[in-house]
Amino acid sequence: MMRLLFALLALFIGPTLTMQQTFAQQAMPPAPYAYVQLEDPALEAEAAELMGTLRCLKCQSQSINDSDAPMAGDMRHQVRTRILAGESPEQIRSWLVERYGDYVSYEPEVSSTTWPLFAIPLLLLAVVGLVLMRRLGKRRSDAEEVN
Amino acid sequence: MIAELGLAALWLSTALAALQMISGAMGIRDGAASPFAIYARPAAVVQAFLAVLSFFLLLYAFAVTDLSIKLVATNSHSAKPLIYKLTGTWGNHEGSMLLWVAVLALSGGLLAGLEHRLKEKTMSATLAVQGFVAIGFYSFLLLSSNPFERLPVPAIEGGGLNPLLQDIGLAIHPPTLYIGYVGLSVAFSLAMGALITRQVTPDFAKVLRPWVLGAWVFLTFGITAGSYWAYYELGWGGWWFWDPVENASLMPWLAATALLHSVSVLAARDALRTWTIMLGVLAFSMSMLGTFLVRSGVLTSVHSFAVDPERGSFILALLGLYIGGALVIFALRAGSISEGKRFSMTSREGALVFNNVMLSAILAIVLLGTLYPLLTEAFDVRVSVGPPYFNPAGAIFAIPMFVVMAIGPLLRWKDDKPARIQFELALVASIVIAIIALVAIFGDYNVLPVLGLALAVGLGVAALLPLRGRSLRRVPVATWGMVCAHFGIAVALFGMASESAFTTERLAAVAPGDAEEVGGWTVQLESIAPVAGPNWTAIEARVLASRGGGEPTILAPQSRNFWSPPQPTSESALITRWDGQLYVVIGDQAGTDESGNPRWQLRVWWKPFVTFIWYGGLLVAFGGILSIFGRVRVDLKRRNAAARGDVRREELDALNDSGPLPEPAE
Amino acid sequence: MRPIYLIPLALFLFFAGLAGYQLTQPKLQNIPSQMIEQPLPEFTLQPAFEGLPGASRSDFVGGQPRLLNIWASWCLPCIAEAPHLERLEEAGVEIIGVSIRDRPEAVASFLNQHGNPYTRIGADDISALMLDIGASGVPETYVIDAEGNIRYQHIGDIRTDTVPLLLEILEEVR
Repeated sequence: MMRLLFALLALFIGPTLTMQQTFAQQAMPPAPYAYVQLEDPALEAEAAELMGTLRCLKCQSQSINDSDAPMAGDMRHQVRTRILAGESPEQIRSWLVERYGDYVSYEPEVSSTTWPLFAIPLLLLAVVGLVLMRRLGKRRSDAEEVN
Repeated sequence: MIAELGLAALWLSTALAALQMISGAMGIRDGAASPFAIYARPAAVVQAFLAVLSFFLLLYAFAVTDLSIKLVATNSHSAKPLIYKLTGTWGNHEGSMLLWVAVLALSGGLLAGLEHRLKEKTMSATLAVQGFVAIGFYSFLLLSSNPFERLPVPAIEGGGLNPLLQDIGLAIHPPTLYIGYVGLSVAFSLAMGALITRQVTPDFAKVLRPWVLGAWVFLTFGITAGSYWAYYELGWGGWWFWDPVENASLMPWLAATALLHSVSVLAARDALRTWTIMLGVLAFSMSMLGTFLVRSGVLTSVHSFAVDPERGSFILALLGLYIGGALVIFALRAGSISEGKRFSMTSREGALVFNNVMLSAILAIVLLGTLYPLLTEAFDVRVSVGPPYFNPAGAIFAIPMFVVMAIGPLLRWKDDKPARIQFELALVASIVIAIIALVAIFGDYNVLPVLGLALAVGLGVAALLPLRGRSLRRVPVATWGMVCAHFGIAVALFGMASESAFTTERLAAVAPGDAEEVGGWTVQLESIAPVAGPNWTAIEARVLASRGGGEPTILAPQSRNFWSPPQPTSESALITRWDGQLYVVIGDQAGTDESGNPRWQLRVWWKPFVTFIWYGGLLVAFGGILSIFGRVRVDLKRRNAAARGDVRREELDALNDSGPLPEPAE
Repeated sequence: MRPIYLIPLALFLFFAGLAGYQLTQPKLQNIPSQMIEQPLPEFTLQPAFEGLPGASRSDFVGGQPRLLNIWASWCLPCIAEAPHLERLEEAGVEIIGVSIRDRPEAVASFLNQHGNPYTRIGADDISALMLDIGASGVPETYVIDAEGNIRYQHIGDIRTDTVPLLLEILEEVR
């Protein structure tokens, strides 16, 4: 969804090569499904949800659903044609992850490199429960004693 | 001359910060007895004046496009409209850092000039810490990011400003956000001052509260404005992507939100002493961490500045000095501060503690997800963490938090019986369940947006319940503030949930005359024409949008090409209705239709209630303003009453001392 | 001093250490393909212009190891790498090109201007092959052995010192 500009940023993205490439590539029409939705709204919804969680490889930090980069358009074309051919979103995601690694997906899967992302929230949940039990649970009896 | 004056003002400010620090440190030991302690306050005030002056001098240099200054030559252009010349001052690393230190000095100056309620020793310690922090950031600016550096030969023309920044959003978003970020430095200094002098008391909390609230109001407003800016400027209709830099602005907000609630507990009930101090340290630490992440380039973000590892190391050293130092003092001293008064689980404090812990957990999740790629990259593995991670992981803690947030304000301090508020509990619970059932019947939506909608309505009703059965004119202003802010959260949550559940999208290649349907709107491309601005050319589409066959509204989205620096941007066009926004973007040409007319990419979204996100944000900020106003007024009244009492006592004493009145002379 | 109050400090020191270490490391810019040591996917691409045939997977099977060069006429680093590709060609390496989102006339004039080291050039207008082999940008060069397996990926333009490296790898996978 949101890309550029946020915080302190007065972000400075220099006019880099990517930019010049963008200009030159405008000469070629985009891939058929880069900017065209699937006819079936249910399939399009599946595709859109998936595209919102795939990373544009030519951009700084944008999903392919939020980017005008030609390669993002080509990736959208792949996603839509594959959905149309009957593949499931998760099949398409793993097809891309097999080629680009976890970097291409904004949805980390539990793996040898990402397990702390899931273990730490669980640990946090336990710690939070413990803190609340200690802070609130015991206090009550303390308060009764004091009173 | 302007540049040299600005630089001199900065060096002088640095010297004054050193004076403030030393004088404050003397005051810690001896209190007001030390003859040297009296310099801290004036040093802070004069420093504020000089740092702000320095910033205005840079502003002037940008206004007149002084191309002999390197920063102006690199980042400005004489053909830009004046407003963007001015806002371009903080559209780059050095200028924004100068704004940062100017706000830092101004906060310190205001604190020194206005705050007279604290014990002198605590105040000295606070000013010493504020001076110490300021010295570091002045050095950073002067030694590695001098904004006033001259070019040996003035440039003929400037390099220009990133076109995405040439927008009114740049005038509003960074300054408000910086005031929020850096305003938290006062909370940090006060917390450290109280910790060093062991004065973590309700009186200290009352002093701390308006500063936290003030910074928090600006943060809330800054984030809201930034989100809306990104929404309309970037041309894809997104308003939050969990980008590292977005997260860098959210984390201080989460910490400050937790802090302002725990400060209330400390002020009202003398509980949560160490926790409040910890949050005071944490909030500003998150601000500094954000500055580090954005300016060091260790994380990949679309928002980052030109990257320079030397600057990164400098800020990291400052982080180590201030955050590390504060945490060492905390570890040494926290044990000597008792926990404070006790309370039961079913009490106002109990609910506030619960939500404090939840906010901290959300903060931990955001921090983990943001920094995790940094960790794996140390092992040469690149991963991406985005919305599919943050949304559910955050929701685990956010959902219980919203539930308790609905109930908490209805509970009494210290101890309460849930049976007393059973009507309110039943009302809110039935609303939430009814909405979940209703949405589930009418459509197939994801779990989180449905829960969000239901909780938003339940919370919206619950937020108003504290007013029930009270004479509205007698409700304290601060209570109005709380009601308004909580209601604002409900409104924003409703907007977020509605946007993600109900948005409809239409992408199409259309020739002039063609029409498309989206979300009950008919959108017709009428014509395409080239237009030119002061530093860009564009193709502009004339689009007619009508709803349910009503009068059409004319929209003019543009696809712009800026020439200095050369970059294309999409200027979206919006129609705002009470129940949502129509969002129209014109893209590139896309071939021709059967009869040979050129077709254009048209992207249209209907986003029901999306505006509630930002209305909610504004309500939250407004609630904060009401609270500051209410609290300060009550405090002033009490102080005046106390002062009047003192005067009367003194007069009485004087009368008594002077003995029987002498007989009037004839 | 209770140990629990040391936890925030410990977490901060861990972060500061990590951040400090990362500041000294070169930033990872490339997204390496995960397809190394995998068979080259099946593909058939039309000729990019009239002068040379198109490319397909079967063109990589049998005989010598070959280079697969992903490039485009609109890509500036591709101009820089053109002379180095020529040197590889002179060393007897067969280079099969795949041009991304390119027009035939642009391909022809690029080759006229900067030389033609290719035996075949396939046109990939929708980055299909690019995505299938895990390439994330232009230019990239892959070493494909005679069995049609991907053995090595070079990201970015080929420079003077890349030429002997590629020749060495081509020899190794023979």
